[in-house]
Amino acid sequence: MNLQQLRQLQPYLWSLPRASGEQRGEVLLYGTAPLLESMDDKVLEQIANVAALPGLAGAAMTMPDAHWGYGFPIGGVAAFDAEQGGVISAGGVGFDISCGIRCLRSNLDLDDAGAHFPRLADTLFHAIPAGVGEEGELKLNPAQLDQVLLDGAHWAVQHGYGNAADLEYVEEQGRVAGAVPDYVSELAKKRQRGEMGTLGSGNHYLEVQVVERIYDSAAALAFGLHPGQIVISIHCGSRGLGHQIGTDYLLMLAKAASRLGIHLPNRELACAPIKSPEGQQYLGAMNAAINCALANRQILTQLTRIACMQVYPHAELETLFDVSHNTCKVETHAIDGKPRLLHVHRKGATRAFGPGHAMLPQRYRAAGQPVVIGGSMGSGSYILAGNSDNPAFSSASHGAGRAMSRHQALARWRGRELINELAQQGILIRTRSMRGAAEEAPGAYKDVDLVAEATEQAGLARRVAFLRPKVCVKG
Amino acid sequence: MVYSTADAQRRSARLINYTMPTPSPLPLYFEHDADVGIIGRGTTVEQAFEAAAQAVFAIVTNLDLVQPSNTLTLEFEEADPELALVTWLNLLLGKAREQGMIFSRFHVQHHGSKWRAEAVGEKWHADLERGVEVKGATLTMLSVKQTGGMWEARCIVDV
Repeated sequence: MNLQQLRQLQPYLWSLPRASGEQRGEVLLYGTAPLLESMDDKVLEQIANVAALPGLAGAAMTMPDAHWGYGFPIGGVAAFDAEQGGVISAGGVGFDISCGIRCLRSNLDLDDAGAHFPRLADTLFHAIPAGVGEEGELKLNPAQLDQVLLDGAHWAVQHGYGNAADLEYVEEQGRVAGAVPDYVSELAKKRQRGEMGTLGSGNHYLEVQVVERIYDSAAALAFGLHPGQIVISIHCGSRGLGHQIGTDYLLMLAKAASRLGIHLPNRELACAPIKSPEGQQYLGAMNAAINCALANRQILTQLTRIACMQVYPHAELETLFDVSHNTCKVETHAIDGKPRLLHVHRKGATRAFGPGHAMLPQRYRAAGQPVVIGGSMGSGSYILAGNSDNPAFSSASHGAGRAMSRHQALARWRGRELINELAQQGILIRTRSMRGAAEEAPGAYKDVDLVAEATEQAGLARRVAFLRPKVCVKG
Repeated sequence: MVYSTADAQRRSARLINYTMPTPSPLPLYFEHDADVGIIGRGTTVEQAFEAAAQAVFAIVTNLDLVQPSNTLTLEFEEADPELALVTWLNLLLGKAREQGMIFSRFHVQHHGSKWRAEAVGEKWHADLERGVEVKGATLTMLSVKQTGGMWEARCIVDV
């Protein structure tokens, strides 16, 4: 990205000035000059197009890990006001609706557990269905699936996957309101039949990590984290059901925009007014997919617990937090000092409520919401805490962000060699896809340290702990 | 940048021997940060759609290893050629996942807004190479156009 197009407002905040006669809202970009320079110009084009959509509230923004996506850029945040003709966009949420990270803290420490990591890696790899074509053992009939779409993680807990304590530490306590299974196509439901309790492929993972550094002792205490502790992160989403809903509604909303006379700078921004029938149907289906994702991660949580106990009989895994990063959520935010009810799209961005927010569990009320920035399988991840003065609709980065395409990565790395190299560094990879491993090479991602630092310096969230990967199950 | 791979060339050469009158252009791709840009080319729009489908499924597995044992017939209506490409690819991806199939060969026909196609492949099994799941075809970088005597269909697919 050419920074000469931008105006630097603060050390970690930039804006894109409007060209003469250009009709769009404000565009703000968070990050350092090197991070922004490493982004494709398409990021700027995409977020400027988002800022031209009807009913935008405040600015359209990108997080420090932004990269070129489809519709919205990944790392894009934009809020729309239904009362002002605001829209909802399938491309602003993504196909993998409610993709996110479930983070589990354990009572295990590296000193005791490390010797058994090879067995743990094999046990987890056997227990967690991961990769192309892998199905879960849980097969739901249509009525059961509809109940999952209404009850989210609650359904999973009621059916023996985890416990009620997990639910307190999942966004929306494990279940979003507004899900309408009837707005989910039959094909979407059929695609999910074998996919409950599966990880998927691509950048999805289950990772065993060790807390290597603490930045904020008070928040770490609240989150139950200490140096040397074993933590497990599960990154996945709503699987085939969410993918099909994204597919179904992308086209439906594109046609709705055309019918309703909404000018789209690019078709990829397919959207409809929130209050339109199409907008309401997408909302109902998207909320159903969020519940599907929450149930999926709850099921995987319990499979992970069982696998860990096979290796460490005394192991206890508690849900630290479960946060989604592909969503549209209805939230109240102040704009020009006035509270407004907004539909906040976060496409590859994490909600990051600050201390005192009423939706946070009591345990985290003083510290702020846990935020997870997932890194690559060789680098590490960060846990951060939300800030009360977050200027981006309480949003923060979600990952390292890709620095090169999958094809470039394939040309540079071989899966087996990469896995051996990581093993030399003490990181055990288990995967059925050598091609997938090469595409996910640590070198294909941006420096997660720079992303986390920029996230903190920009005031989006503050670093609490750094997690070093030890075992990674990849799809 | 458009690229193909040596694997893709071997794959293509082998496909030529199949009986179905499917053209065998190289699976072609273009760069995208997080996902994959797919390209299908042919002398007709139908051939371009067939090649685009091959490019999609070559992301999932090595098509060389897929046996053409099952045929699925698909029909849809779409007047806009660009939206027809997205509909076609997403219908294939949806049906493949619903039925646990992997497809390697395609035959497309269309009359006006009515499209009819056959996809040939087999049930997914553990001996197939595992690439990356394709979640869906998007409207990003979407185009279906004729240049000279060739049709080209392209878009970004989410992986």
